[in-house]
Amino acid sequence: MVKRQPLQFYSEPLPDVNTADLQGKLIVIEGPDAVGRSTQIGLLRQWLEQEGHAVIDSGMARSALAGKGIQMAKEGNTLGPITMTLFYTTDFADRLENEIVPALRAGFVVLIDRYIFSIMARAIARGEDRRWIEQVAGFALVPHAVYYLRADVEHLVSRVVMGRGAFDYWESGMDLRFGPDMYESFVRYQKRLIKALDTMVQPYDFTVIDATQPVERIFRELQRRMERLRLGKAPGRPALRKAKI
Amino acid sequence: MGTAFSDMPLFVPNRYRGKLIVVEGIDGSGKSTQLSLLSHWLRSQGYAVAFSEWNSSPLVRQTTRRGKKKEMFTPTTFSLLHATDFADRMESYILPLVKSGAIVCADRYACTAFARDVARGVSRRWVRNLYRFALHPSLNFYFRTPLDVALGRILGGRDALKYYEAGMDLGLARDVEESFRIFQGRILDEYEAMIEEVGFHVIDATLSIEEQQGIMREIVVRELGDSLRNGILHQPAGRDLNGKTTTSPVL
Repeated sequence: MVKRQPLQFYSEPLPDVNTADLQGKLIVIEGPDAVGRSTQIGLLRQWLEQEGHAVIDSGMARSALAGKGIQMAKEGNTLGPITMTLFYTTDFADRLENEIVPALRAGFVVLIDRYIFSIMARAIARGEDRRWIEQVAGFALVPHAVYYLRADVEHLVSRVVMGRGAFDYWESGMDLRFGPDMYESFVRYQKRLIKALDTMVQPYDFTVIDATQPVERIFRELQRRMERLRLGKAPGRPALRKAKI
Repeated sequence: MGTAFSDMPLFVPNRYRGKLIVVEGIDGSGKSTQLSLLSHWLRSQGYAVAFSEWNSSPLVRQTTRRGKKKEMFTPTTFSLLHATDFADRMESYILPLVKSGAIVCADRYACTAFARDVARGVSRRWVRNLYRFALHPSLNFYFRTPLDVALGRILGGRDALKYYEAGMDLGLARDVEESFRIFQGRILDEYEAMIEEVGFHVIDATLSIEEQQGIMREIVVRELGDSLRNGILHQPAGRDLNGKTTTSPVL
């Protein structure tokens, strides 16, 4: 895909969307499983709202159309890699058309926890053709910024084990049995995911953030970078009670 | 085969023992009847025959039903969800069966999406790329039907037309029958335009059922005859895989 100005479509314009109407900002947080994306989204949302911006956030498998279907499909054991890729792309398209685009029209800051890049990375990690999935996902809007929370696998492993205490079947890529057990499969699969995301840094203009830093430092770095995006003038801050002279 | 919309091949070549026979055409073209007759015949010859219908994946069914019932689809999500359904059937049913040496008969295949989704306003190039993972059909029959003939068959005998089937989501007309007419006309135009590109065997669907079936069987023997004699899962002696008595193979 060719890099273009934000809020153009990558390669395939959606019918019925005039990008000139989209006044909001589209901010994407990307990164592998367990890297701490949702923590940062929560902090950013709070901060942006305090600054006076209207915010919505959106994440994978949360669409009204396909969210439930994906959850159900993941509970079975017959979800093939291409089917999974397309199911997630359906979910993304539903959120793009029914949540993200309307919010951008209304001037919101839209925070996305994983965009098409995670769908693409998962497909590539499972051996699917990169050009195929890039074109399939070509109806996505080019975001104003993509912050890639990057950490190596060892860091992810410690976060998973310390945090949740167990490996997840899908996060470990167990559908394709990358290794003999959950741990080894997790390591090999996540390495592939990270490698796939790394190859997108340049063509998709990711801003790489070192996600091995403490939460507060990552947050401050995200804040600094987002301030440069000029999200729109924050409303003034009148003092609640004026002092009498 | 033309490659009008991309420099990439349209489908994945079939390097396996089995075969894939596809029927395409607008609603009311009689393609399902013909495929059913063909599959009975192949089965009676002792071949392992399997069947796959459009929009029938158990994994996706609930989501499709939800989208239709609540009228949640846009052209893009309609296209993507049907591709998801197709992918599931491809990965978990069609491909393993063709690999194992069966003849898979598919009632509608990727070209249905090429025609229908484009009639809904999706780009031709994008939807062709979407289905690039599909196995290349061994035979791709297109049942060519004048619009009035097909509409007569559909509107005469069936229950009320459904919302998406009639293209009501596109706002083509307020009347369901009128919308259906316009929508099917667009689909027909797309089918006609892709004949060369996708390598259809065109069957004149105004001929009698028996004549059409005769032509189909001739094409099957002519195009697949050699490979049917070796490679395909086959039970030559008197009984087919369902245990029914069969005549000896004539292919």
